[in-house]
Amino acid sequence: MSEPLIDLRQISLQRDGQTILDRVDLQLVPGRITTLIGPNGAGKTCLARIALGLMQPSAGTIQRRPRLRTGYMPQKLRIDESLPLTVDRFLWLAQPGHEDDRIAALKRTGVAHVRDRAVQKLSGGELQRVLLARAILRKPDLLVLDEPAQGVDVVGQNALYGLLADVRDELGCGILLISHDLHLVMAATDQVVCLQHHVCCHGTPEAVRLDPAYLALFAGQHVPADNLAVYTHDHDHDHDLHGNVHGCDDPHHHHAHDHSHEHSHAHQDGHKHD
Amino acid sequence: MIELLLPPLFAGLAVALVAGPMGAFVVWRRMAFFGDTLAHGALLGAAFGIAVGISLYPAVVMVCLVMALVLVALQQQRHLANDTLLGMVSHTTLALGIVAVSLQPGVRVDLFAFLFGDLLAVSWKDVAWLAGGAALILSLMILNWRNLLSLTVDEDMARVEGVPVVATRILLMLLLALLIAGAIRTVGVLLITSLLVMPAASARRLAKTPEQMAAIAALLGLIAVIAGLALSWQMDTPVGPSIVLAAAAVFLGTLGKRTVS
Repeated sequence: MSEPLIDLRQISLQRDGQTILDRVDLQLVPGRITTLIGPNGAGKTCLARIALGLMQPSAGTIQRRPRLRTGYMPQKLRIDESLPLTVDRFLWLAQPGHEDDRIAALKRTGVAHVRDRAVQKLSGGELQRVLLARAILRKPDLLVLDEPAQGVDVVGQNALYGLLADVRDELGCGILLISHDLHLVMAATDQVVCLQHHVCCHGTPEAVRLDPAYLALFAGQHVPADNLAVYTHDHDHDHDLHGNVHGCDDPHHHHAHDHSHEHSHAHQDGHKHD
Repeated sequence: MIELLLPPLFAGLAVALVAGPMGAFVVWRRMAFFGDTLAHGALLGAAFGIAVGISLYPAVVMVCLVMALVLVALQQQRHLANDTLLGMVSHTTLALGIVAVSLQPGVRVDLFAFLFGDLLAVSWKDVAWLAGGAALILSLMILNWRNLLSLTVDEDMARVEGVPVVATRILLMLLLALLIAGAIRTVGVLLITSLLVMPAASARRLAKTPEQMAAIAALLGLIAVIAGLALSWQMDTPVGPSIVLAAAAVFLGTLGKRTVS
């Protein structure tokens, strides 16, 4: 395996007295799609933001390859309606240059037809493709996508993930993908890291899918809460914080975060053995 | 007679020219309340100037710049929402300014001039300062245009793409503070935000790009200043409020126009 683009070791993050990330390791390498998967509030966005340098961890080491070019697709854009901004100008902001490059990038992601439209007026799927076009325009070494499939139907999601794999092949870049649904990203991803404040399990998607830790983490979405106690854990867990973990997607605004409580699994009194 | 109007006219035009593009950012970034707060701090600056015996406008500029930095720092905290914070700072400084002015023994400050502008009293020397300040602000905005715009679109994306986000944000705040300190002469503390917001809001419907919006806002601001001065001259009304009314009339005029994009 080639030299990592980013090597995160033993990353911990505390915020307002709560542990959001607990000694997480993550290596991102060129040409590999890594998917961070975990329930809402598991610290996925925080970890991605730390990898991007948008946030500082409380502890741990970060090694970035020198002159690393990163591209970032945030969960959503909040551009005020008062800003007259066409898709073309939006791309120009990332990479001023010849407009042919911008047209080519839009064609590559299949949205050349929205070039003159206002960014604020795009549908969810169009916006994701425009964001992807903007990211590949910069020819990044590492591309980070936070829940890219939100607001996109299943067909659109499959197409988007397929496109992502093509982009990886063309640019040879590393990709970090955040998702809360493994099934959707299964086909596109090379490696899965299952996160619930700490790394529960990691490996190929096939391996993770069968891992008891993964099953325990996601079973709660479909099984009534009192059935959950049957899942026993054979490794250290520290799940006493869910429900009111602060989100990382938006440090400037201070708003109620959309945690869903669907993952209310039953190991509040988790134990640790170090 | 008309030559008496020339310094006020040029002072107003210099301010409106910069208020256009700056106002566009105020609208895009929803900083109107922020501008208001800075303007209210200007009165505190005047009181400070009187207290330490330096001339008024340097003191106002200084206090506005310091307030901009303090507000940027205060906004980093997450306990209070921004508008709550600004609401407190804004009116505290306004009240403090008025109390401080009233405490100065033997000094009478024309509060009305501060609150509503004193454009007719500007001299050619003031015009030179305002023109210089306007040129400085405009050139810094143009030099940093792409960074400023990237910041406005998405700060995280800008930072990942290598834009010096914090420095750019501070630059924008300082330029805004500088403009407000200068513009107090034209429309005063209480009306300054309108000169920022109204031309930009009017320009929105006419513009297809951010640059067009900034340029059209500058143009509409110039028109409002000329029309306001003319109104004031004809009807003998206070200049600052007349300019604001003209700007409001311009906005109403653009409402009929369909949005371009």
